[in-house]
Amino acid sequence: MAIVKPQVDAVIVGMGWTGAIMAKELTDAGLRVVALERGPDRDTQPDFAYPRVVDELEGSIHRKFLQSLAKETITARHGSKDTAVPYRQVGSFKPGTGVGGAGTHWSGCHFRALREDFNLRSNMQQRYGKKFIPEGMTIADFPVTYDELEPHFDHFEYVCGTSGKAGVLNGNKIAGGNPFEASRSREFPLPPNRNYLGAELFYKAAREMGYSAYPIPASNASAAYVNPYGCQMGPCNFCGFCSDYGCLNYSKASPNASILPVLRLRKEFELRAHAQVLKVNLDGDGKRATGVTYLDADGKETEQPADLVLLCAFSLFNVHLMLLSGIGKPYDPVAGTGTVGRNYSYQNLNRVTLFFDDSVQANGFIGIGGGGATFDDLNGNQLDNAKAGFVGGGVIWARQPGSGPIRGITTAPGVPNWGSAWKQGVKDAFRHSFYYEVQGACMAYRANYLDLDPTYRDAFGRPLLRMTFDWNDNEIRASQFLVGKALDMCKVLNPKALSGDAKKTGEHYNITRYQSTHTCGGAIMGTDPKTSALNRYLQSWDVPNVFAPGANAFPQNNGYNPTGMVGALTYWAAKAIREQYIKSPGALVHT
Amino acid sequence: MSDHKAPSPSRRQLFKSLGLVPIAAVGLAGCAREADKPADAAPVQGDYKPTFFNAAEWAFIRAACDQLIPADNIGPSASQAGVPEFIDRHMQTPYASGDIWYMQGPFIEAAPQFGYQGRLPVRDIVRVGIKGIDAHCAKQFNGRSFAQLAPKDQEALLKSAEAGKLELENISAREFFSQLLNETRMGYFCDPKHGGNKNMSAWKMIGYPGMRADYTNWVEVRDQPYPLPPVDLAGKRG
Repeated sequence: MAIVKPQVDAVIVGMGWTGAIMAKELTDAGLRVVALERGPDRDTQPDFAYPRVVDELEGSIHRKFLQSLAKETITARHGSKDTAVPYRQVGSFKPGTGVGGAGTHWSGCHFRALREDFNLRSNMQQRYGKKFIPEGMTIADFPVTYDELEPHFDHFEYVCGTSGKAGVLNGNKIAGGNPFEASRSREFPLPPNRNYLGAELFYKAAREMGYSAYPIPASNASAAYVNPYGCQMGPCNFCGFCSDYGCLNYSKASPNASILPVLRLRKEFELRAHAQVLKVNLDGDGKRATGVTYLDADGKETEQPADLVLLCAFSLFNVHLMLLSGIGKPYDPVAGTGTVGRNYSYQNLNRVTLFFDDSVQANGFIGIGGGGATFDDLNGNQLDNAKAGFVGGGVIWARQPGSGPIRGITTAPGVPNWGSAWKQGVKDAFRHSFYYEVQGACMAYRANYLDLDPTYRDAFGRPLLRMTFDWNDNEIRASQFLVGKALDMCKVLNPKALSGDAKKTGEHYNITRYQSTHTCGGAIMGTDPKTSALNRYLQSWDVPNVFAPGANAFPQNNGYNPTGMVGALTYWAAKAIREQYIKSPGALVHT
Repeated sequence: MSDHKAPSPSRRQLFKSLGLVPIAAVGLAGCAREADKPADAAPVQGDYKPTFFNAAEWAFIRAACDQLIPADNIGPSASQAGVPEFIDRHMQTPYASGDIWYMQGPFIEAAPQFGYQGRLPVRDIVRVGIKGIDAHCAKQFNGRSFAQLAPKDQEALLKSAEAGKLELENISAREFFSQLLNETRMGYFCDPKHGGNKNMSAWKMIGYPGMRADYTNWVEVRDQPYPLPPVDLAGKRG
């Protein structure tokens, strides 16, 4: 017999960024909220305390702060005729677990989407004609506009103490920021971080190439800061342990440092860690959620009844829970029907590495996750897509989240993998090389999608989520074009050697190599319940007391990191719940 | 999870107790020389008794690691840095027994872009691989084990394992080689608390400051090498 807990107003599945934002907003509105987190509870003290947190073996090999794949993973394949196999070892992407989720081990790049990213499909059609979008590419406009989200982008940046420089403020261009960004209503809460060598040289090379470089908006505090919730941040000390690690210094914004200190004091909020949600329970006709079933820390099956269910897990696991629970119709790529699993997309990440002689002190061990420099001259409307030959743009950036020898030392071309020549190669490269990256958009396609695996199961007996994904010609052309531009730019700096990893024509997705944790789509927001799982408020079309904020809602992915957009969308959805849904529970959009 | 019983000292207290001084007060040139000195050769492997590997496996590990990271004037060899001890200890961690890997079947063949799809965790890949290589050596080299081969034969064998040209019983030679190389590099560069990187000698070779985790004063310095020697998790200076 399952244990049945007392009914609450809202149950939140997952305590990362979206869960923490929802918990804050809904307890502000007076709701009683229970949050269920599958992983352990974590806080800066003691979990991210120096010195233990900076152990590279524990952080980047044992992956102490990431999701273990032992209990839950996905399966993957390149095409719908292939047999999927499990993602057995962490490679291509790194979901988080525990309180804070991926928001504890992210780097801190905190972008807003461009205005034109919101209406990608209609913008492409308008600029280049209907035929420009290739057959099988299923990109769509977001059902919200930049102007609707602006206050929420702004608020999330202030919660995170984002460090940057506005390029367009209330319609006026100002020097030092991104001249191509959509207008901001306020300057960033903190000024940009200082530049390490690689970023400084990026400005130089960009200037010579005629690009307008600007500081990457970084949720790594450039100075002491108190956010609107009263949470305090300390200035980043460039420790070099951002990606994979919790911040030891209260400098990188995270749910743990930026929101939970307030939530933990609230009587209306209860956090249950080690609570593995198995499914959302629906009433008889499947149109209303009655709560969730989970395993408690002791493994006992427990039911948490709630009026409102908020799916705030990592994007892939939001889709998984919807499929397992029967929320929305599963997508069928052959018939083109159904919505859940549709438009899975990713990120087109590529790297160029520059090697110098030992007079150049690149010091890659000095690191700041979100700091650095980038430009938008090849992104959004700045890019002539017809000339470039692909849909979607991208950014080239200098980023240095911090390198250490266990995380790997990239050696110059021609250096072997072992032996004395390798030793010399790592010695030459470690302090005297740095890299730039190309982060390209990734379009959605009819053939790239998520569903349930017919064979493999998780530790709880549920079918694993199955990912069918491969690179398309559009993304390969984008990779070649953008990496080519990056290499051209690097030559300005006269490195001793230069390597780049543009995707080769016909190359298949390699899930063993870390690329990006920006897995997007699968339960997308839209205007048509036939082609989207969620409405413009991230509310399920089919089960209106379920909301699913996250990158799962992106119809396709743009050239930026998703967290800024995910935060803004979550505040936007929370506002709709507070101002509309609570007064009159039910569908917020009628078709 | 981490051991939370001991109170965690603040970074400032820790540095104070170790007598570390602000960067500006350090003789910069002197430290730079220190980082460039050849690393200490530490004859530590004689003292360590393996608890995971048997005698034959231990002989393989010591010989193979020193092929991968040999003794030379660039920096310490794998065994001088304690890599075999690291691997012996690392094989006994939850990580090496598949703690963070999905280990459920069915186990089917897949393209290399999907990663290792076999049923063995790291520690068994290493063990089965060693057995396979030694069996191969016994056949090819008149009953001798890998450790008993001439160095150039050892090197050639590892190269053919890396290239996937070697056929082994029960394991892909390429997969075994890749895990062995990873373990060797980890043992070379890990914090000394894990058994490798004795005296922080591999960190000194590449100029890694180790676990300092504070570079506030050095972000914008361009004209001189980072001056401080490494510090490990225990607070020891290299």
